[in-house]
Amino acid sequence: MTDMNDNRLSSAKQLETLRKTILSKRDAEKPIITVCTGTACQAYGSLEIYRRFVEELERQGVEGSVLETKSTGCHGFCEQGPVVVIFPREICYVRVQLDDVPEIVSTTVAGGDVIERLVYRDPNTQEAIPKESDIPFYKRQMRLVFGNNRYIDPREIDDYIALGGYAALSKALLRMTPGEVLEEIKESNLRGRGGGGFPAGLKWETTRDASTGSKYVIVNCDEGDPGAYMDRSIMEGNPHAVLEGLVIGAYAIGSHDGFVYVRQEYPIAYENTMNAIDQARDYGLLGSDILGSGFDFEVVVHRGAGAFVSGESTALMSAIEGKVGEPRMKYIRTAVSGVKGMPTCLNNVETWANVPLIIERGAGWFKSIGTEGSKGTKIFSLVGKVNNTGLVEVPMGMTLRQLIYDIGGGIPQGKKFKAVQTGGPSGGVLPEQYLDTPIDFDELTGLGSMMGSGGMVVMDEDTCMVDTARYFVSFCCDESCGQCIPCREGLRTLRDILTDICEGKGKGGDIEAIEDIAEVMEDASLCALGGTAANPVLTTLKYFRDEYEAHIKENRCPAEACKALTSYYVDPAKCSACMICLRACPTEAIHGEKGIVHWIDQEKCIKCNTCYEVCPTRFSAVRRLSGEPLPPPPAPGTKVTREKKR
Amino acid sequence: MTITLQIDGKEVKAESGVTVLEAARQAGVHIPTLCEHDRLMPYGVCRICCVEVEKKGRKRIVVSCGYPVENGLVVTTRSPRIDRIRKVLIELVAPTAMADGLLAGEMKKIATEYGADIHRFESRFTGKPIRCILCGKCVRYCDEVVGKQAIGFVGRGVDRRAVFFPEQARACLTCEACFNLCPTGKIAADTDFVVFDGFSVDDYSSGEL
Repeated sequence: MTDMNDNRLSSAKQLETLRKTILSKRDAEKPIITVCTGTACQAYGSLEIYRRFVEELERQGVEGSVLETKSTGCHGFCEQGPVVVIFPREICYVRVQLDDVPEIVSTTVAGGDVIERLVYRDPNTQEAIPKESDIPFYKRQMRLVFGNNRYIDPREIDDYIALGGYAALSKALLRMTPGEVLEEIKESNLRGRGGGGFPAGLKWETTRDASTGSKYVIVNCDEGDPGAYMDRSIMEGNPHAVLEGLVIGAYAIGSHDGFVYVRQEYPIAYENTMNAIDQARDYGLLGSDILGSGFDFEVVVHRGAGAFVSGESTALMSAIEGKVGEPRMKYIRTAVSGVKGMPTCLNNVETWANVPLIIERGAGWFKSIGTEGSKGTKIFSLVGKVNNTGLVEVPMGMTLRQLIYDIGGGIPQGKKFKAVQTGGPSGGVLPEQYLDTPIDFDELTGLGSMMGSGGMVVMDEDTCMVDTARYFVSFCCDESCGQCIPCREGLRTLRDILTDICEGKGKGGDIEAIEDIAEVMEDASLCALGGTAANPVLTTLKYFRDEYEAHIKENRCPAEACKALTSYYVDPAKCSACMICLRACPTEAIHGEKGIVHWIDQEKCIKCNTCYEVCPTRFSAVRRLSGEPLPPPPAPGTKVTREKKR
Repeated sequence: MTITLQIDGKEVKAESGVTVLEAARQAGVHIPTLCEHDRLMPYGVCRICCVEVEKKGRKRIVVSCGYPVENGLVVTTRSPRIDRIRKVLIELVAPTAMADGLLAGEMKKIATEYGADIHRFESRFTGKPIRCILCGKCVRYCDEVVGKQAIGFVGRGVDRRAVFFPEQARACLTCEACFNLCPTGKIAADTDFVVFDGFSVDDYSSGEL
C-alpha cells in the first residue's frame, strides 16, 4: 500500500527538520495562554473561557503580542478549575471566570502584571503563589508522563513534535533492533499501570515469542473505577504519547495491527485519538514504511459499550471481536492466544505512555526513579475528603502520607483522616497506621489493597467503613457480567448482608458469612473482577472489624453516617434558638422560634445532616446520636437557658 | 503426546491437550460439575469443578474443565479449601435455583456430599427465584450442537437471564434437545410453546423471566 503525500516523513532527519521548523516559527519570549479544557475544567465552562480569550485578544487589538492561545488537556489541579496558565512566565490563575478574561488580557498579557486576586493562595499561610511550579500541589509531583498535557493542544501533532515527540519512535525504528527495544523495556522493569502490575517487558516477550504469524497490540482505555480518570486525561490531553508508545511496542513485538479500546463514556478521548491517528498517518508516523524504516503498523479505534467488566483483558478482546464483552477462562494467556486466537499484548494507557520516555532516556534513568520493585512514576486520581482533589503524578516510593498531606493538602474542615481506598473496587481500604507505606505495587498488595489503575479515595472520620464496603460491592454487583456463580451470587449476597448491617438488621454470624463468601469469591471467580471484588470488604473487616461489630451488636454506627442507626438531636442546654438550623431544614422538621429552644420532629427528619453542618460551632447544639437512646424533646416553649456571651 | 501428571496422589497418563477434568475421569477420579457437558466447549462458570493444582511449588485454584493438563502437574481434587468452595457455591446459588424449597438432581447430590446448608442465605435473598443457575447448557447446546440460537442470555450481573427467543421457540417443540440438559428441570413445553417450567408465556414475553 502506498499513500504518498507531501507531509510524509521518511527519515529521522526529516522529523528533526520538521521539529526545527515548528520551533523556528515560535518566539520563545511571546506569551502563550493555555486554558485547561480537561473534563473537569470543561464542566466549569473552560471552553467558553478559551473562546473569550480568542475574542478578547482581538477586541483589545493585542492578538499580535501573543504567540498562541491553546485549549489543552487536563493540568491536574481539578479542585481549582478552570485553570489558566500563561507561559513562559508560568503565571497560574485558578477558578477563572468568564468576566476575568478581559482583565487577564489587558493586565497580564498586554501589561505583564500579575492579578493577585486570581492567583492560588496557600490555604494555610495565605501566601499568594503566582508561579505554577511553586504551588505545593505541583511542586512535590514528578510529572513525567502527565506534565506535557499543559503545553499541548491535543489536536495538534506539531505541539507534540515541538516537545521532542516521536523522537523515541525514530530512535527505536531506525537505530535499534526490535530485540534491543524489548531488552530496554525489560531492563527498565516497567510494570503494567492498569491494575496487576505485571512486568510489561515479559508480556511483550511472551507475545513476540508465541508465534511467527499475526499478532496484535492493544491500548486499554476502558478505565472505569469510580472517581478515577488518569487514563482519560492522558488519552484526551496527550494522545500522541500513547500512540508513540504503542508503535514502539508493536515494533519490538513484531505486530502490525493495533487497537485502541476507548470506553463509550469518553467522547473527547475518542475524538482526540481519532484525530491524532489521522495526523500521525499524514506524517507517515503510522501506516506503511514508518519514518522510512520499512516497518508497517496500522491502528483501529474500538469504542466500548459501557461495561466496567470490559476492561478485563479477555472481555475486552471478546468485545473487539464483536462479541459480548464477557471474560473467558485464560489458562492460556492472552499474550499467547488473544484476539481471534492470535498472540495479543494488551497494556493500559499509562503503561504505553511511559514507553517513549524509557526508549529516549534509557532504562537506567527510569530505574533511578522509584523503589526496588516499582520503578518510575504513577498517576493517581486523588479524590474524596482531601483539600486538593485532582490528578497527581508522583515517583513510586512516595508515602501515602506525603501524597495526601503534602500534595493533597490534608483533610478539609480540620476533620480527622480515617482511611484511604486505593485501587478502586478491586482495591482495599487502608487505615491511618499505614499512611507511611511507600507507594509500591508489592507493598500495597501485601496490605490487602492494590495499586490498581490509580484511584485514591480519601475518607475522613464521618465515613462509615461498612457503608464504604457496601458501596463498592453494590458497584460491582451492577458491573459484574453475571456469568460465574461466585461473583454473581456472592456479590448479590454480600450486598444484601452489608445493606442489612447498615440498616441495623445485622445479626450474629453475619461477619463469618461475609468472610466465607469473600474468600470463596477470591478463590473461585472466573476473572479478576470477581476475584478482587471482595477486597474492600475484606480490608474494612480486617482494619475496622469493630465498626462491623458496633453495627451488629450495638445498633451503632461509629461514624454516625448510617441513617437507620443515627438520630439528630438538638441539645436544649446548648441551643441558642438562633433559627439557623430551623430555616435550613429541607423538611421543616425543626420546631421552635426566636428565644425558644429548637427540637427535631424525628418523624419528619430525613437525616440529611444539614442542621448538623449549619449549627454555628460556637453553639454546637446539634448532636448526632447512634446506639444510645434519644432524649425526649424539651417541654413546649422552653426558653433558652444558655448564657449569652457578651 | 502423552504426559504424566498426578491426581490425588495417583500417577495418571493423559494426552496433552485434554483438560484436567477429562484426565481425572479417565483415571476414575470423580469431580462434580454443573455447567460442563461432553459435547460442549468448556465454559467454566459454575466453578464447582475447581481443583488445586501445584506447579513449580506454586499452588493455585483452577477449574478443571478448562485447565489443560501439563507434565508433572500435581492435582488435588478434594481438600478443605476445595470442599468449602463447593459448599459455599451451592449455598449461594440455592435461593435462586430452588423450586418449592428443594434442590433437584446433581445440585442436590453435591449439596448433600459437601454438607451445604441450602437455606443459609435464603432469608437474605432479595432477588427472584428463577430456578435457573445460568449454567448456559441450554444456550450453548442450542448454539454449538443444534446449530440454532433459539435461547440466549440477556441482562448483566444479578439481572442476567437465559431466555427463549419467541420467533424461534415454536420450532423447539420438535427438537427438545435442551430439555434434559437443564440441571434444575426448568425447561419444559407448555402445550404449543416452549417455556421455562413454572413461568407462563406472558411472563417471558413481558421480559419478567
